[in-house]
Amino acid sequence: MEVFLSSLVSVAFHGIAYGMILYVISVGLSVTMGLMGFVNLAHGAFAMAGGYVLTSAISRFGLSFPLALALAFIAVAAASVLLERWLYSRLYDAGELEQVLFTIGLIFMAVAAAQVTFGMLQRPVLLPDYLKGQISVLGRDFPAYRVFLIAVSSAMIAALWFGVERTLWGAMVRAAVDNRAMAQSIGINTRRLFTLTFALGSGLAGLGGALGAEIIAIQPTYPFEHLAYFLIVVAVGGLGSLRGPFAAALLIGVSDTACKYWLPQFGAFFIYVATIFLLLWRPAGLFGRRV
Amino acid sequence: MSALLETRDLCKSFGALRVAENISFHLEAGARHALIGPNGAGKTTFVNMLTGLLPPSSGLILLGGEDITGLAQAARVKRGIGRTFQINTLFRDMSVLDNVALGVAERRGMAARVWHPASRYHDVREEALGLLETLGLAEDSGKRVVDLPYGKQRLVEIAIALGLKLRVLLLDEPAAGVPALESGMILQVLDRLPGEIAVLIIEHDMDVVFRFAQRITVLVEGTVLCEGTPPEIAGDARVQRVYLGERYG
Amino acid sequence: MTRAVGYAADPRIRFAEWLPWLAAVAGFFLLPEYLPLGARILTYVLFALSLDLILGYAGIITLGHSAFFGLGAYVAGILAAKLGVTDPLLLLLAAACAAGALGIATGAVILRTHGLTQLMLTLAIAAVCLEIAHKATSITGGADGLSGITIAPIFGAFKFDLYGRTAYLWCLALLFAGWWVTRKMIYSPFGATLCGIRENSVRMHAIGVPVYRRLLTAYTISAMLAGLAGALLAETNQFVGLNVLGFEPSGELMVMLILGGVGRLYGAFVGPLVYLIAQDFLAKQFPEYWYFGIGLMLVVVVLFARGGILGIADRIVARARKYV
Ligand SMILES: Nc1ncnc2c1ncn2[C@@H]1O[C@H](COP(=O)(O)OP(=O)(O)OP(=O)(O)O)[C@@H](O)[C@H]1O
Ligand SMILES: [Mg+2]
Repeated sequence: MEVFLSSLVSVAFHGIAYGMILYVISVGLSVTMGLMGFVNLAHGAFAMAGGYVLTSAISRFGLSFPLALALAFIAVAAASVLLERWLYSRLYDAGELEQVLFTIGLIFMAVAAAQVTFGMLQRPVLLPDYLKGQISVLGRDFPAYRVFLIAVSSAMIAALWFGVERTLWGAMVRAAVDNRAMAQSIGINTRRLFTLTFALGSGLAGLGGALGAEIIAIQPTYPFEHLAYFLIVVAVGGLGSLRGPFAAALLIGVSDTACKYWLPQFGAFFIYVATIFLLLWRPAGLFGRRV
Repeated sequence: MSALLETRDLCKSFGALRVAENISFHLEAGARHALIGPNGAGKTTFVNMLTGLLPPSSGLILLGGEDITGLAQAARVKRGIGRTFQINTLFRDMSVLDNVALGVAERRGMAARVWHPASRYHDVREEALGLLETLGLAEDSGKRVVDLPYGKQRLVEIAIALGLKLRVLLLDEPAAGVPALESGMILQVLDRLPGEIAVLIIEHDMDVVFRFAQRITVLVEGTVLCEGTPPEIAGDARVQRVYLGERYG
Repeated sequence: MTRAVGYAADPRIRFAEWLPWLAAVAGFFLLPEYLPLGARILTYVLFALSLDLILGYAGIITLGHSAFFGLGAYVAGILAAKLGVTDPLLLLLAAACAAGALGIATGAVILRTHGLTQLMLTLAIAAVCLEIAHKATSITGGADGLSGITIAPIFGAFKFDLYGRTAYLWCLALLFAGWWVTRKMIYSPFGATLCGIRENSVRMHAIGVPVYRRLLTAYTISAMLAGLAGALLAETNQFVGLNVLGFEPSGELMVMLILGGVGRLYGAFVGPLVYLIAQDFLAKQFPEYWYFGIGLMLVVVVLFARGGILGIADRIVARARKYV
């Protein structure tokens, strides 16, 4: 019993850490899909890019871990602005198929580029000493890195929710998600709003990829391998919502960790099956508003 | 004698917005009935509920005495109720002929045949061509719909509906967006619609309404304001206030 | 000649439509050392054809079409390797039935949904299949793949030979049959109905078409064709690996179809041909550049050449006609 409880706590803890990362990576996807109706399957490439920025910044340029994290966010956000302006924006009015194909193309390119630049192997993260040990909370030891990760993600999420609820930008995003034509007609510059939101979403993905590099290993096939999970978070959570994907990400983080811990012989089987049944039950996701 | 089409206390809300409130409506066989009302009154929503595109929040829809409220769109069309769209809803990249033939084939129960080529179904093609001829679209049958002028595209909307051999035809602003020069041909077609079809037309142009309709229902903010013959409606003070007032006032 | 469907389309087979078959037969005699690659191409053409039916004609976007291909391959492989069923025709039949059953069961679910949910469901279903194949090692061989597949001679007479001659002709014959059936279907009223659904499903509902049922029929037929292609792969390779399942093979197939031209029947021929030949020559030497190249190609096709290779060819022909 004691052992079971202890593993329960451990699974919950690791699951929450994983879920937080999934959320930070995927929330941008939910917002851009809800806002612009763009099916961006290449979202995982931004997370991978963040991871590579972090590892290279630390190992090549000797940046400190927090600085490298910030750099991951900024670099990915900046790069995504260029991509959005040059490429994505051409396909806002195109069909779903075009968007799907285009972003699959981007995945292929990102995977290849990562292979050429960084090699096939996964990139180790050089953690600073203060993140290597254990921290004791309530008489229990937890890995410091994951505690840090949960803390940083929570701060980011709080800032994001505050931003969306309380700032003008947030109000404009909410208006445009609700009704794009109406938002345009009351004078919101949706073009700029899209770019800004896209950059923020991609930057968060980059940050999530960097922050979670120890949990979701950074290697070239990252965008392919984890795409399904990012999409599940969005689809199960509900398009265009902030809270839905949060609940979904935690749910998936914890249940995936639990499955891998107690039923490793089944792999991700139950997650997919659960997703299928969930989407059958609520096609618009747990918190989706579309009918 | 009961009505061919009847609704009982039909309601619909989108969130807090109530776009249909207790609409009870009758349409007799062979009727020429107009549904009028200001923009946003809920006319299109009403038609959408009748055809099954939108489920009502509550209420009943009866066709020939049968409750069709829960039926899918296709099942309603099979029972003889169908519509045209306010905004063109056509197969833009297909030929005019195919636009009509798809519906004709479906009605004749041939649209799911997988073996013989479609062009072998001469009776489907002849029927579609015949229909296009009566609407003055014979020369255009091979053209793609996108290549037609807008007025003719509106006629294709009507042609498709006629190919379904409906008992109840719901026309949602058949002349909407058509330049004055081209609207004459649409009015002609309306005048020549087969007499046995019950027609409900939504239209903003009062001249058309008064020429075409034997009965008029006025819808305002989702509720039926009044119903009557054209002279009754024209003389109704409330109607003049809320509806005619803004046009003729 | 693009999308020649509908009630006025001429269904007769044109001369140009025989060319692929002539080329395939010529290839058999002229390029004996490439027959295994040829068989692979023919198999993938059949697979691409099955995707074209639902994606190009009916407009269903799926990220998980490999589920049917993979199921077909594993059903044929397992029957042959573990249960001693070795008759190639019987194996194909079993694979097609299994894939069809999966098609009707999953189609019944996914075709009720739209957009992201539908994409997600197709992806999840393919992922479940991959997960099962990966973990049920005692039946599927897991990550090592399924080997030990022995196939009896076709009709008891034609043995699968070392040079891949029989395999090539077997694939060619089945592709021909698959093409014949698909072509018939596309020119039929059913094909016209599918195009109507792709073009405007709102209108299709309004003219009384039971859209869901029609899509389910198409989806099931397509699944059977894909299962057939998968079984062909198992028979000719006598091996089934995990790489037939999941998102990547689905994406790769989409790439082939888009490259050739989606929704135009022969796009499914041109795409796999060009893709697999290029892969054979380039992928081994420069795997990263190969991947980068197809990604770039996809982006370029979507942005600038939506009709794929055949679309470009059409435009060139149209230009040339103007000047002549
Ligand atoms: N799907 C929907 N979701 C939310 N609101 C809707 C929806 N469809 C219609 N509405 C609203 O319902 C009201 C009635 O719309 P409807 O299209 O039925 O009006 P109408 O009488 O046909 O107007 P018009 O004469 O302009 O065609 C409008 O305020 C419209 O904005
Ligand atoms: Mg309207």
